[in-house]
Amino acid sequence: MQIEAHDLVKTYPQGVRALDGLSISIPQATVFGLLGPNGAGKSTAIKILTTLARPDSGRATVAGHDVLAHPDRVRRAIGVVAQRSGTDPMATGRDNLTLQGRLYGLGGTGLKHRVAELLERFDLTDAADRPVRTFSGGMQRRLDVALGLVHTPAVLFLDEPTTGLDPEARTALWAEIERLSADERLTILLTTHYLEEADRLADRLAIVDRGRVVVEGTPDVLKGELRGDAVHVELRSTANEGALRPVIGGVPGIVDVTVDGRRVSARADDGAAAVPGILAALDRAGVAVATVTVARPSLDDVYLRHVGRRFADADRAISHTDDSDADTLVGAGTGGHR
Amino acid sequence: MIAQTWWMTHRQLKALLRQPAVLVITLVQPIVWLFLFGNLFRHIIELPGFGSGSYLDYLVPGVVVMNAVSSSMWSGMGVIDEIDRGTLNRFLTTPVSRGAIMNANVIVQAVSVAFQSVMIVLLGWAAGARFPNGAAGPVALVVASILLGTTFSALSNVMGMTLRQRESIIGLSIFLLLPLTFLSTAFMARSLMPGWMQAIASVNPVNWALESARGALAASVDWGTMLVHGSWLLVLAAALVWFATRTFRTYQRTV
Repeated sequence: MQIEAHDLVKTYPQGVRALDGLSISIPQATVFGLLGPNGAGKSTAIKILTTLARPDSGRATVAGHDVLAHPDRVRRAIGVVAQRSGTDPMATGRDNLTLQGRLYGLGGTGLKHRVAELLERFDLTDAADRPVRTFSGGMQRRLDVALGLVHTPAVLFLDEPTTGLDPEARTALWAEIERLSADERLTILLTTHYLEEADRLADRLAIVDRGRVVVEGTPDVLKGELRGDAVHVELRSTANEGALRPVIGGVPGIVDVTVDGRRVSARADDGAAAVPGILAALDRAGVAVATVTVARPSLDDVYLRHVGRRFADADRAISHTDDSDADTLVGAGTGGHR
Repeated sequence: MIAQTWWMTHRQLKALLRQPAVLVITLVQPIVWLFLFGNLFRHIIELPGFGSGSYLDYLVPGVVVMNAVSSSMWSGMGVIDEIDRGTLNRFLTTPVSRGAIMNANVIVQAVSVAFQSVMIVLLGWAAGARFPNGAAGPVALVVASILLGTTFSALSNVMGMTLRQRESIIGLSIFLLLPLTFLSTAFMARSLMPGWMQAIASVNPVNWALESARGALAASVDWGTMLVHGSWLLVLAAALVWFATRTFRTYQRTV
């Protein structure tokens, strides 16, 4: 295992419990996704695994080294791309990369070539000698990833790599990350709060909620565990959950009914065949329907099934209650849940 | 660690050289002090027991030392910027030693204090201040200002890392700069201070820097004063740099 964490617990001084017994194991050459809303504890997990923060209890090894006993060995083996880039805005892209290499003890023509190679690879050669503050968001993020790769690490940490990027820049970065795992057999731990990103990039993923892993597996297996299709019904007005659940649950072939405001979700072996029955049942109960959709299971359904609420709602509930940065959102998160 | 310190210092010096105007602008304040006080209190030397031939001669070390304190106290602002930007966290996850990061911060501060101190001495000299021992006295003055600057920039770094608020650095500057300066022999001879001020001055690091510089600037060098106060200052500066390096641990506990 390239990354192993057992029962990590971390409470911040203000009494906020960011990690509550998080455990993960990641084999070599795997892209592992930690998926969860802001404040779920993903960033804290990354900070502990990259030796920046210490857990209150639990242990972890990265690239075979214990993060508490030998942080210096861990640091040599890992590349870190944090949420906040940390590049020097007044220095050029090339200078930033060169300094990063020197901190790992690289130098001379070897470093010069490595820097040129990375600039070329991340399509930054033309901008290499401009100050970083003139870079676009996408260029900046590509430079961040390049910084994490200067010393050819065995393990790469990407903390929300595409947050804040426009769709085009995001797709380009996804392609690059896919290439890294395929060509260089890098072990990548990626945190994201984009379901789409986890689905596309991760070989395996863990859904994190309130500081612990709720479910883990490959995206396909996780989706496969959900029986059949997802049926989503949007109502014209908010419904009474207690009254509505038996109405839909009584339709033959329907399982896993959840009601969330105006949104009702259920699973069916054959979604399309179940729709008429659902509509008829709702009609009999006098509930007006706005839209009905049938979909193959998505990660959002996996999330809903294991965490008990919709991903977007969890994310929104938390971001609305706290406007400071993601690292300190946990308090709002634990307070805002059911 | 030496190579790492050099590369970390090199990074910041390069940034400093990209905006040389900053260094020049920071000189405006000491120049105002020098010429305003120099003229305003010109006749102070006529007080019995002041013991200096020209107030400007007396004032130059005072302004050099005051400038060293005031410019170094802002050093923590740079740390807060680097924390906000994520730069400090990036360095802390590389193999670079904490010592090298802190050394670079204080060395860069020492270099700019040295530059400013030399400029103030030259301006004072151009305005008519004279130093009886030739270059030796001013060199000792610049060294003392560097040690004092190191002390306060380390303190400012500690505040920046632990409190992480710009206001705390501004507060540090407001609360310490003027009291420490006026509770020293920067502008007034020790023998003319009230007794309680003399007592405070003897434990004031700003005054240690002045005593040791004035010892070296005197017509007959007062080696005892210079070395004793200079050593105190050196010990204090080293202790604070050590303490500031330790503060990375405190910082990492709150990351």
